[in-house]
Amino acid sequence: MRRLISMLCLVGVVLFGACALGKVEISGLFMKQAGYQESDIRAMTEEFLKMRPDIDVKLSFVAYEELHDKIVVAAASGAGTYDVILLDCIWPAEFAEAGWLLDVTERLSEEDRADIFPEVLSAVTYRGRLYGMPWLNDWEYFFYNKKMLEAVGAKPPTYWTEVIDIARKLKAQNIVEYPIIDAWGQGEAVVIQWLQYVYAMGGTLFDEAGNPTMNEGKPLEALEFMVQHMDEGLFNPACIESFYEEVRRVFSAGQAAFGLNWTYMYNLANDPAESQIAGDAVIAVIPGFPDGRRSATCNGGMGLSILTSSQHPDEAWDYIQYLASKEVQKKYSQNALPIWKSLYDDPELIAQQPELIKVAKEQIHYIFDRPQVPWYSQLSLILSEELQAALTKAKTPKQAMDDAVSRTKEVMERYAQ
Amino acid sequence: MHSKVPPTPSGMYPRGGLLRRRETAFAWALILPSFVFIGVIIFYPMGLSLRLSLFQVDLTRRGAGTPFVGLANYIDILKSGYFWSSVGRTAYFTVVSIAIEMVLGLFIALLLNEKFRGRSILRSLLLLPWALPITVDAIMWKWIFNANYGAFNALLQQLGLIEKYQPWLTRPWSAMHCVIAADVWKVTPLVALLLLAGLQTIPRELYEAAEVDGAGWFRSLWKITIPLLGPTMTVVLVLRTLDAFRVFDIVYVMTQGGPANATKVISFLTYQEAFKFLHFSRGAALSYLITLIVAVLALLYTRAMKRQIEY
Repeated sequence: MRRLISMLCLVGVVLFGACALGKVEISGLFMKQAGYQESDIRAMTEEFLKMRPDIDVKLSFVAYEELHDKIVVAAASGAGTYDVILLDCIWPAEFAEAGWLLDVTERLSEEDRADIFPEVLSAVTYRGRLYGMPWLNDWEYFFYNKKMLEAVGAKPPTYWTEVIDIARKLKAQNIVEYPIIDAWGQGEAVVIQWLQYVYAMGGTLFDEAGNPTMNEGKPLEALEFMVQHMDEGLFNPACIESFYEEVRRVFSAGQAAFGLNWTYMYNLANDPAESQIAGDAVIAVIPGFPDGRRSATCNGGMGLSILTSSQHPDEAWDYIQYLASKEVQKKYSQNALPIWKSLYDDPELIAQQPELIKVAKEQIHYIFDRPQVPWYSQLSLILSEELQAALTKAKTPKQAMDDAVSRTKEVMERYAQ
Repeated sequence: MHSKVPPTPSGMYPRGGLLRRRETAFAWALILPSFVFIGVIIFYPMGLSLRLSLFQVDLTRRGAGTPFVGLANYIDILKSGYFWSSVGRTAYFTVVSIAIEMVLGLFIALLLNEKFRGRSILRSLLLLPWALPITVDAIMWKWIFNANYGAFNALLQQLGLIEKYQPWLTRPWSAMHCVIAADVWKVTPLVALLLLAGLQTIPRELYEAAEVDGAGWFRSLWKITIPLLGPTMTVVLVLRTLDAFRVFDIVYVMTQGGPANATKVISFLTYQEAFKFLHFSRGAALSYLITLIVAVLALLYTRAMKRQIEY
């Protein structure tokens, strides 16, 4: 009995101690991949905590591929595991339909909203309501190895046709075995990269009535383009198992002349500690097709959202506001550019990132959004499976895309019931 | 419980008396906490997911409500080709990986059963792969099979078996075997250890007698070792089948079910339904189907085991 009393005393002391400190603890879920690096986010959070001693922030980092599922499990259980989550632009429809995201439309001022790129605002918007604060302003770029291009006397390419010509030369002269690396791993990556070719060719996935039509025209041609040039040995066969980190490693190891990736590869590929080609990695606008568009890049904007299960939405919002503030975004512009339009004319920012800002200002004109439907996760999975079936030769491109269309129709029917 | 009561020399425990009843109550009191614990963490979720599998719970369609649909989820799944092809893949993974693990494990066990210098060191080294977390094992093998700088490619090239590096994980057929290799590497030590324990129960006299009768190494292996190892092998087989049929982590880390679904085993399919598509009810139904398959396998094995012991 005496032991029990002393145990209770101990518990009491601990509880009292926690109350006396009076800290509100919020927890955030972030990703460990493109965009702001883990060390950036930890540093930003440290700075915030210094300003707000009444708050404590617990951080978790997972790979992008796990982010969706972690959020789903936490949100569906309603246990309030996370207060703040990183939201990809393809999830607002799905998560908002499930009722997991706090509507923050009223929290963002008109003035602020006017200064944010519409492309990143759309990343956190569903049916006109705002479900988070835009944060990561990101889209893909084209990268090339300056030295390799000089070796064959080639000019930087504007169109994919030129890329293919240069790649053939590079291969013929044994400068690089597989000139192009791209992220075609089974998952979201292969879908994004294929869409990039589809849109650059001037195509779309659905007709005006909303019926899926990827088994004909440009979407099919885009897939044939990928298969054909992989067979030719211009695209690295390892594309099929590559995600963006693999693309970065192959490109940084000097095993590719061309690569597609998000902003973060630029600084890392030119960092001698991370790359064997530091100084030779050039960032450029993604090539287009002469009979299609000049360029196309996927909107990879991400936002910070508050889960409805959060006990401390106000503190969470303060934290989010700090992370997305102009000062913080300017300071950490190395791996992701700011969401604020006004900063792009800021001489300090331009001085920090002269090349990147120049290319970014041009590339932003060619941004496309992925289909914003609540069943996007399923559409993406169907596409990734069928694209991979064609890339691995299990099916012909036509067969694969026919199957993609019929499976998409099934999902749409089930959803319309 | 009754048989557990020690014989009473001087009527200390009167039959059906107070003490005995108190003892039974005491036993119950001891068991109760773990019973409640198991109930809360196993039976309650099991019941809940069984219920879930009979309703239509789709979080992306809140407007549709959660109507009772009976066995519709099960029927839907059983009718879909995707389910059966992933069952086929899982069965292939299970059979091939266990076959290799058994053969390799037996040879390693036989080797470590011999007397030689450094045997105890080797025995403890053997457990190294088994001690590694599965995720670490999978990441390591993913790097080994890497198409651009993998050690496996380097090895084959130095041996002159391949001219240039091959993307092993991008071809459906080879990707499945890469996943199997990762599993074999990790689990063979366990199999070997269990078989080694079995080997040590075989009396040496049998081998000595066989030697006197003029039987060679191979003959005593076939006539003594393997038959007497039968029960141990069955136990290993049961354990491994149940495990292999639920394989998930290796696939998740190494291939994400790709390329072109070549490694999409049934657990991965379940995970996708539940956590990627938020079709919780279909996910639950799939889990129950896996449970059913595993239960049937376990039943068949235990039957076979009983017969063996009688033999």
